[in-house]
Amino acid sequence: MGKKSVIPFGPQHPVLPEPLHLDLVVEDEVVIEATPQIGFVHRGLERLVQTRDYNQFIYVAERICGICAFGHSMGYAETIERLMGVEIPKRAEYLRVIWHELSRVHSHILWLGLAADAFGHEALFMHCWRLRERVLDLFEKTTGGRVIFSVVKVGGVQRDIDASMLNQFVSVLEGIMGEYQQICRAFLEDSSVRNRTSGVGVISTERALDLSMVGPFARASNVPYDVRSLGNGAYGDLSDFQPIVSSNCDCYARMEVRAAEVIQSIAIIKELAAKIPAGDIAVPVKGAPAVDSEACNVVEQPRGECYYYAKGNGTKYLDRMRMRTPTSQNLAGMAVALNGCDIADVNMIVLTIDPCISCTER
Amino acid sequence: MGFASKSPWVIHYDASSCNGCDIEVLAALCPGFDVERFGIINTGNPKHADIFLVTGSVNDRNISVVKQIYDQMVEPKVVVACGTCACSGGIFHDCYNVLGGVDKAIPVDVYAPGCAVRPEAIIDGVVQALGILEEKSKALKESKRRA
Ligand code: SF4
Repeated sequence: MGKKSVIPFGPQHPVLPEPLHLDLVVEDEVVIEATPQIGFVHRGLERLVQTRDYNQFIYVAERICGICAFGHSMGYAETIERLMGVEIPKRAEYLRVIWHELSRVHSHILWLGLAADAFGHEALFMHCWRLRERVLDLFEKTTGGRVIFSVVKVGGVQRDIDASMLNQFVSVLEGIMGEYQQICRAFLEDSSVRNRTSGVGVISTERALDLSMVGPFARASNVPYDVRSLGNGAYGDLSDFQPIVSSNCDCYARMEVRAAEVIQSIAIIKELAAKIPAGDIAVPVKGAPAVDSEACNVVEQPRGECYYYAKGNGTKYLDRMRMRTPTSQNLAGMAVALNGCDIADVNMIVLTIDPCISCTER
Repeated sequence: MGFASKSPWVIHYDASSCNGCDIEVLAALCPGFDVERFGIINTGNPKHADIFLVTGSVNDRNISVVKQIYDQMVEPKVVVACGTCACSGGIFHDCYNVLGGVDKAIPVDVYAPGCAVRPEAIIDGVVQALGILEEKSKALKESKRRA
């Protein structure tokens, strides 16, 4: 038995794109306890609802996180629409879901790249990010932005996507499919990747439920929970939706789930692009939320379930805006998965929860 | 051109950005924009880095980290503030936990604006930084010769 020692990990670390600090208590190269410390990116955005009115706040909501930017602006707008009883046009709902699923494609490909970087496969990292640029091009063509889009507003969306552009969405996504499947083969069939990820950071299904894990992290532990299956908005018009799960419960399973979700999202975009109804893309929203009105909303972000709560006070300024983000749910799971792992596997496990610290701390 | 400005190594730190600028910094290094073809490599070690790319504004918790990374880099070094947040605090300037731009913590040489900063703007900033790096290394040599 060796002596216990503490290794600090982060906030600045080559595998971490974001500042998260972990105190790893190790004994003979084995982690016996991991304590996450956060607070490096806390800005205090929820408080800003007091100085920005509900229309202005949407640009703050979008900047909660640059990776799930679209999801946050959509989640916030939906909450306010519920708060004020606004019904948005069907076409706007479809457009929102199409963009949201496209963000999931870009977010998951981005994550696959970072995972490749974490197990030291730099070429694969570059290939993923090369593919991601093609998805970003679609965003840039339809919204003007690459990561921050400013296209959602309370009451609908700012811009329409015309039929020829929708066809282009489908053809570009079909076009990357071949390359994407090649990349997936490298992730899922390569023996060195398998050795690095199989059986690492296992969390059983019961444990996952105990820890209230969400998103792909939970689905990889065989928890079939996906907010999209509730059928909010245009998701209700899908012919079929089944959450993707895996029963391996380890880092490999998390890769498997995310890799399959990209294909699922592409199928959703294709289906909705074919079905999208004609009509308006926004309704005017006037007035202010009533005194003591409350509304909540859940959205399936690329990283999992995100919960929104808003409370009005009769003015244009909200009384309270609250979010619970997927990563804050998953940090507990991460600390458990780290217990008893090899020090060399720490970066792999931290990455497989797909931590989004700036969402968590806001 | 000096040796460092031919293939400068960069280090990136996310102060309190929203990730938008971070992924654009990474995107600039990856295929698509591919600054690696000019010998620019992202390193995790401050002691190897010539250019410090900071995204996001500083707060009480991370100001010491930003300063530490800066202090660990060896001279000559250049700081590029990437994104509006890093330049001035941006849209978060009036949050209770935001002190302001990165220049509140360390001297900034180049400001690359944008929310999110576009990879082209980052590349432009890095190219300007190369000129400054060159000047700084000349001044450093000069002062060593005189000493
Ligand atoms: S400048 Fe904009 S995109 Fe960049 S970190 Fe700040 S809010 Fe995010």
